[in-house]
Amino acid sequence: MLTSNPFAGLSGSISPAIMQAYVIVMIALVVGGTLLDLVHKKSARYFFESWRSAKARATRQVGGGEMASLAVQTAVVDVMTSGEFCNARRRIAHLMTMYGFLAYLITTVIMVFVYPTSATATPGIVTALWYIGALLVCIGGYWFWFFIRVDVAAEGNSPFRLVRADLFVVSLIASVTLALIWAFFQSTGAAGWATAFLALYIVASTVLFGSVAWSKFAHMFYKPAAAFQKRVEEASGLRRNLPAPANSPATFGSARQLPQNY
Amino acid sequence: MPTFVYMTSCDGCGHCVDICPSDIMHIDTTYRRAYNIEPNMCWECYSCVKACPQNAIDCRGYADFAPLGHSVRVLREDQKGTISWKIKFRDGREKNFVSPIRTTPWGSIKAPSDYAAPSADAMKSQQLAHEPEALKVDKLPALRPDQLKQGIA
Repeated sequence: MLTSNPFAGLSGSISPAIMQAYVIVMIALVVGGTLLDLVHKKSARYFFESWRSAKARATRQVGGGEMASLAVQTAVVDVMTSGEFCNARRRIAHLMTMYGFLAYLITTVIMVFVYPTSATATPGIVTALWYIGALLVCIGGYWFWFFIRVDVAAEGNSPFRLVRADLFVVSLIASVTLALIWAFFQSTGAAGWATAFLALYIVASTVLFGSVAWSKFAHMFYKPAAAFQKRVEEASGLRRNLPAPANSPATFGSARQLPQNY
Repeated sequence: MPTFVYMTSCDGCGHCVDICPSDIMHIDTTYRRAYNIEPNMCWECYSCVKACPQNAIDCRGYADFAPLGHSVRVLREDQKGTISWKIKFRDGREKNFVSPIRTTPWGSIKAPSDYAAPSADAMKSQQLAHEPEALKVDKLPALRPDQLKQGIA
C-alpha cells in the first residue's frame, strides 16, 4: 500500500486536469482566506504598528547581520522545532502534525501534478512520504485532540465537544484520516467504499482549505512573523515592560517611604 | 488587582487554567488562548501570573494603587528561584521588587500523587498520611497520656 499512488488510481475515473484544477482552487482559497483574515482581524496593521512602536522605543540599534542571525534563530528554534511551546507533549504533537502535514501536502501536489496517471511510475519515496505524513498528522492530531487540549484535560469537558477553535484541527485530521481510508479502499479495489470515502475526503479537504478565514489555518503564516518580531524587540533592548533578570535588577527593592495616606 | 491575559503572548498551554483556585481562567473557544472569564471573582492570588511560562499574564492595578496607564509585570525565573515584579506608573516612575520563591530546586517537591497510598491500618493512626517522614522529623511532638491528666482532679 505504501507504494501505491492513490491519485494515479483515481485518474481512470476523474481526469488529472480536474484533480489539478481542484488543487489550484484550494491554493487560491488558502491565499484568499489568509488575505481576508488579515484585513478582517487587522493583523497586518497590528504587526506593523507594533514593529514601528518597538523601533521608536528601542534602546539599541539592531544591525543587518544581527537581524539575519535573528531570522535564522527564528527559523530554527521557533519554526522548525516549535520552540514556543513550553509543554513538551504539546510540542512533540505539534511537530508531528506540522511535519506530517508538510510531507502530506507536498507529496500530494507532486503526485497530482507530476505523476497523475499510472503511465508514469511514482517514486516509492513520494508515495511513502504521503502515507507517513498522513499517519504523523493522525498521531499528532488525535493525541492533541483527545489528550492534550487544555479545555478537556483541565475543565472536564467532553473530548467530542466542538468549538470554533477546533475547526482547523478537526478538518485537518478528518481530511487526512479520510484520505488514508480512501487510499486503503482504492488499493484493495473496493470501488464502492473508495468512492464514498473519496466524496467525504473532498468535503473535509474543502472545509480545511476553504475555512481559512475562520479557522486557525493561517497561524502557520503569522507565527513566524510574530516570533521574529519578538526576537527583534528583545534584541532592541525592549522587554515588554518585564522586570530585569533577578541577578542584575535595575533597582533591588524600593526605597522605604512613610505612608502618606493618613 | 485582577489578572488578565495578553492573548498575543499566550500559547494556550493551560498552566493558568490548571492552577487557578477560582477556576476563572478558561480557554477561549475561538482562539484557544487563556482569558480571565470573571475578573471580579478573582482572588488576586496571582498564581496564574507566577505560573505563566510566557509572561503573558498581567495584573490590572486598582486606581488608588496604580492609576490608569500603568503596568504590573512579573518575571518568574525557575533556575534562580526568584520572582521579580515591576510596577511602571504612567508618569514613568518604576518600582522593582525581587523575592525568593523557594529554597529547593524547581520541580523537586514530590506531588501528593507521587506518594504510595497509605494502608487501611493507617486510618487508626492520629497522624496524617506519611507523617512523620514526610515532615522530615523522627517523631511529632505530642503530649503523653499521663501529661494529659495533669491538673484534672
